[in-house]
Amino acid sequence: MPFEATIAAFAAALGDPAAPPPAGALGRLGVADSRRFSVYRNNVAVGLIGALEARYPVARRIVGPDVFRALARRFVYARRPRSPVMIAYGDDFPEFLEEAGAALDPPYLADVAALENAWVEAYHAEDAKAAGVVELAALAPAELPGARVEFHPAARLLRFAAPAASIWAAHQGDAKPAPPERWQGEEALVVRPDAAVAVHILPPGGYAFAARLREGATLADAAEALSNPDEFGTHLVGLVEAGAVRSIIPGDAS
Amino acid sequence: MTMANRLAFSGVGVGFKAEHFDAILETRPDLGFFEIHAENYMGAGGPPHRRLEAIRERYPLSLHGVGLSIGSPGPLDHAHLARLARVAERYQPAVVSEHLAWSTHEGAFLNDLLPLPYTDETLGRVCEHIDLVQTTLKRSMLLENPSTYVAFAETTMSETEFLREIVRRTGCGLLLDVNNIFVGATNHGFDPYRYLADFPLASVGEIHLAGCADDRDDAGFPLLIDAHDSPVRDAVWPLYAEAIRRLGPTPTLIEWDNDVPAWPALFEEARRAQRALAETTDRKAERIDAV
Repeated sequence: MPFEATIAAFAAALGDPAAPPPAGALGRLGVADSRRFSVYRNNVAVGLIGALEARYPVARRIVGPDVFRALARRFVYARRPRSPVMIAYGDDFPEFLEEAGAALDPPYLADVAALENAWVEAYHAEDAKAAGVVELAALAPAELPGARVEFHPAARLLRFAAPAASIWAAHQGDAKPAPPERWQGEEALVVRPDAAVAVHILPPGGYAFAARLREGATLADAAEALSNPDEFGTHLVGLVEAGAVRSIIPGDAS
Repeated sequence: MTMANRLAFSGVGVGFKAEHFDAILETRPDLGFFEIHAENYMGAGGPPHRRLEAIRERYPLSLHGVGLSIGSPGPLDHAHLARLARVAERYQPAVVSEHLAWSTHEGAFLNDLLPLPYTDETLGRVCEHIDLVQTTLKRSMLLENPSTYVAFAETTMSETEFLREIVRRTGCGLLLDVNNIFVGATNHGFDPYRYLADFPLASVGEIHLAGCADDRDDAGFPLLIDAHDSPVRDAVWPLYAEAIRRLGPTPTLIEWDNDVPAWPALFEEARRAQRALAETTDRKAERIDAV
């Protein structure tokens, strides 16, 4: 059998748990051996499921290890890694959970997973110095309305229908998680200005304001997303203090 | 970054794990090197790189790739090779190694070291891939002998013949995984000492030692799994001593990637390898004295 055909048959059998071992992959008696082949099949599944378990510890804790394993197993057979860089694998697991829609129990599981994924992305993001309030204070008032913001490479913005950030926070540490004080949607900012990843819950309107800035809007335009545009300063200082901003590009003062 | 001497690559090392970072910096263990999986340092930034820079300032590094899929029939993933080159450029490891195995098929990464038949055709393909790696990295690499659970009907040469021919054609070095010999010998029913005697030992630049797990195949034969989750087996230590007796002192790694123990236990396993290395070297010196 040509090399390509041998490897293709092997790969196909790995991807189908019900398939017999490839005819040419032999044990000591010179015949195909399903226990031997299943070592490979098991290594592939366990390794990929393990990567998801490591990336989504809170989601796993919420549904329990058995339910999580079943979800992860479905995911790993549906979506193989497209790169050997496993620190990126499973970044579309929240989207996969989202597709489960009404079948997902609890329904906020996809939101919590999205936050956990943002945490991992921030952890591995490019290092950069974040702008501080000093840089912000250096701007002349006339430069503010036209100013634009370059976000820090680790910064991630998220919006949830459920209090997913509070739920996530309650599951840090080993203590029994307390339920959220108020059941309402939340907006979150994930940052890593230096070594440590931090998750902040944004004040109302914070997501829309920051999202517009991220798209390249000026401060004046982004402020229009707020119910009270005059409060843009509070939101901007909040983003800067959190370490979400890499630099502030002054607007034309004229 | 001040770099430890790139050439000072000797003694016993262990695989670097983030959970051991504080203990390593506090105790500065007497180890020859640390080994890392290259793919774990292909992120853009963050704490993994900061920890590795701190380790690299204090110890030589061995860069061990697990995702290049050198044993694939298809072409190597050039983007991945470029990532490996960047990690090697940044951390200046003493050695770069990869596996005689495949892990990617039609763009899907399978996250395991999968086996290939040993034929003239596969030999040619593997050699082309190693040539490309060595040309891209501008250095020679070490290729590791695999642990395998199946043999292929189309195989026409032994693993040691296959490796010997790779070395002859590409000039690469070899990473001798002694546990993999033990696993292969058990799984396929060959004599591990015979395998060692047939191995192209002159090209060995590093040794791996690891633990494995027990299973059985369909026919009831013992089947060992290269699990890297436990201490080195008792039967592997004498095989290691024999390898060192033939090779002379060779940089040796304790590989422990799953169910990783606390630092003192891992360091104790490394100390055991250090003692084995010293005993064999001493015996050799005594023999030379006696001549």
